[in-house]
Amino acid sequence: MVGVRQFAARAQAASTRGRTGPRWVRLLLYGTLIGGALVMTLPFLYMLSTSINPNRWTMPDPPTLWPANPTFDNYVRAWGEAGFQQYVINSLIVSGVTLVLTFWVATTSAYAFARLRFPAKDKIFTFYLVTMMIPGMIALLPEFQVMHDFGLVNSWLGLWVIYVSGSVAFNTFLLRGFFEQLPRDLEDATLIDGGGRWTVFFRVLLPLSKPALATLGVFTFLGSWDDFWWARMLLQNNDIRTLPIGIQLFFNAHGTQWSTVFAATTIAVVPELILFILLQRYFVSGMYAGSIRG
Amino acid sequence: MRTISIGSRPPAVVALGRRDRARHVRDLRTALPFMLPGFALVLVFVIYPLLRGLQMSLYHWNLMVPAQSQFVGPDNFVRALTQDPVFWTAVRNTVLYAIITVPAQMALGLGAALLLNAAIRGRAFFRALFYLPVVTSWLVVSYVFAYLFSDGPGPVNNLLVNTLHILPAPIDWVHDSLASAEVPINLLGIWKGIGWNMVIFLAALQSIPGELVEAASVDGAGAWHRFRRITLPLLRPAVIFVSIMLLIGAFNVFISVYLLTGGGPEGSTEVWLSYMWNQAFSYLDFGYGTAIGLLMGVAVITIGFLQRRALRGSVEY
Repeated sequence: MVGVRQFAARAQAASTRGRTGPRWVRLLLYGTLIGGALVMTLPFLYMLSTSINPNRWTMPDPPTLWPANPTFDNYVRAWGEAGFQQYVINSLIVSGVTLVLTFWVATTSAYAFARLRFPAKDKIFTFYLVTMMIPGMIALLPEFQVMHDFGLVNSWLGLWVIYVSGSVAFNTFLLRGFFEQLPRDLEDATLIDGGGRWTVFFRVLLPLSKPALATLGVFTFLGSWDDFWWARMLLQNNDIRTLPIGIQLFFNAHGTQWSTVFAATTIAVVPELILFILLQRYFVSGMYAGSIRG
Repeated sequence: MRTISIGSRPPAVVALGRRDRARHVRDLRTALPFMLPGFALVLVFVIYPLLRGLQMSLYHWNLMVPAQSQFVGPDNFVRALTQDPVFWTAVRNTVLYAIITVPAQMALGLGAALLLNAAIRGRAFFRALFYLPVVTSWLVVSYVFAYLFSDGPGPVNNLLVNTLHILPAPIDWVHDSLASAEVPINLLGIWKGIGWNMVIFLAALQSIPGELVEAASVDGAGAWHRFRRITLPLLRPAVIFVSIMLLIGAFNVFISVYLLTGGGPEGSTEVWLSYMWNQAFSYLDFGYGTAIGLLMGVAVITIGFLQRRALRGSVEY
């Protein structure tokens, strides 16, 4: 984490350094970049163009990126499809509550490991680091059994428990690093003024941690918005199912109606894109926190 | 008990010990509300399931009535390792996926990072475009690739048959054969991961002091030489981090296979996790499925450990 600030300074230096070569080098450079960007976005362009294709039963032959007579009918049809609006609302609720619960558990836990004293603290932290090395998916089936044991199958509570508990170790690790970087003076002053640990936590630490919390929030929201396997296993009633399951059911029902399917997937992607565009720098800073540890 | 221990120690030590203990209790009382929610969740929903999994893997497991499960000892593991050719097909496909997608993602991600590091204009714009597949859900991009590689007049078939004339006739990519089905699965894995690699490598590149590269340039080192001798060695920590993360990620390949091929034709494209899933939910053999999952855990942790050892050593500058 120490490296992040250094990195920012160096990045600044690098961008003002202005390494411009001869003209043909720059042309080649930008040509390659544009070509690469095209390949990276082409699948999305196909998705969008298919979603506005008026012909729902046949694929355009030859495939085209701009269909004749584009229409939004497919969106209207997908949106009006039985259950679709319910799935969107369910996903928003599930992801929203996951966000709140994750914030609560992750920030308190990270604060304890960054600032408080308690027995076996270092051992427990090492233990968290070890659990981070175990791929979550290998315990998919036993976790399903445990959910059965606790009667959490077919409920959102089951999803929340899984999402929050699965991210405790990593979030504690991430936020602890951030908290430890913050100057202690303000906290000490608050404590001397008679404020308790909770005052410090809510009034001093959290307000100073907005960038880290934004990063955490972005990844948490996307994680639960996108989750397929847990939602697939745990949610069996249609009225509580989330959007990814809805899209799969939708695809199974209308498999070859690509225009309607892609209208539905586009609707599902919109919140992700909005988050990404608004909070791009937090996506990036989150990655650095994981990658560059000084 | 207490009187005995007090009597057997010098008074000063006792007083200190008692004050210590009182402080410990106070510390704990302050810390518990903060650390306990997370700790309890980890114990109950991360560690306990792993132990439950160890137990399940030794049974012919009955999901609905666990008490009626039949103990079979190590049979599930023996079956996977010695008697089940499809398990080894799944392992082979997973390893192949890692061998293909990990280096490809790293090379293309590093290439994109080098280009962006050199480009002054539009860096943020290009970075956002390259990163777009990373933030999009696996479910959606799997369906998009199913469309791109669809039978008949799909975009890829159209490109290869009508535009480039490489193929004589359209291919039903996901159903034809193992080889043709692996194409969309691996391309999807590479395409979706490039942006992540690019961001990490770009951060690492920008943290290399410019003076180093400039000094080499002044000394007459060419572009390739500067890259090979200065940039690449300094990227070592990033390369280690990325390769470890990607390898774990590659072993977790699942949703694309599940949605694109479903493991078919005839189990030939099955990967480790899809096979685990199918054992549980197609054949209701939860004990065997759990054993397959645990075997993957052992494989991933072992490989991660070996990788860390092989790549150990840091760079100072």
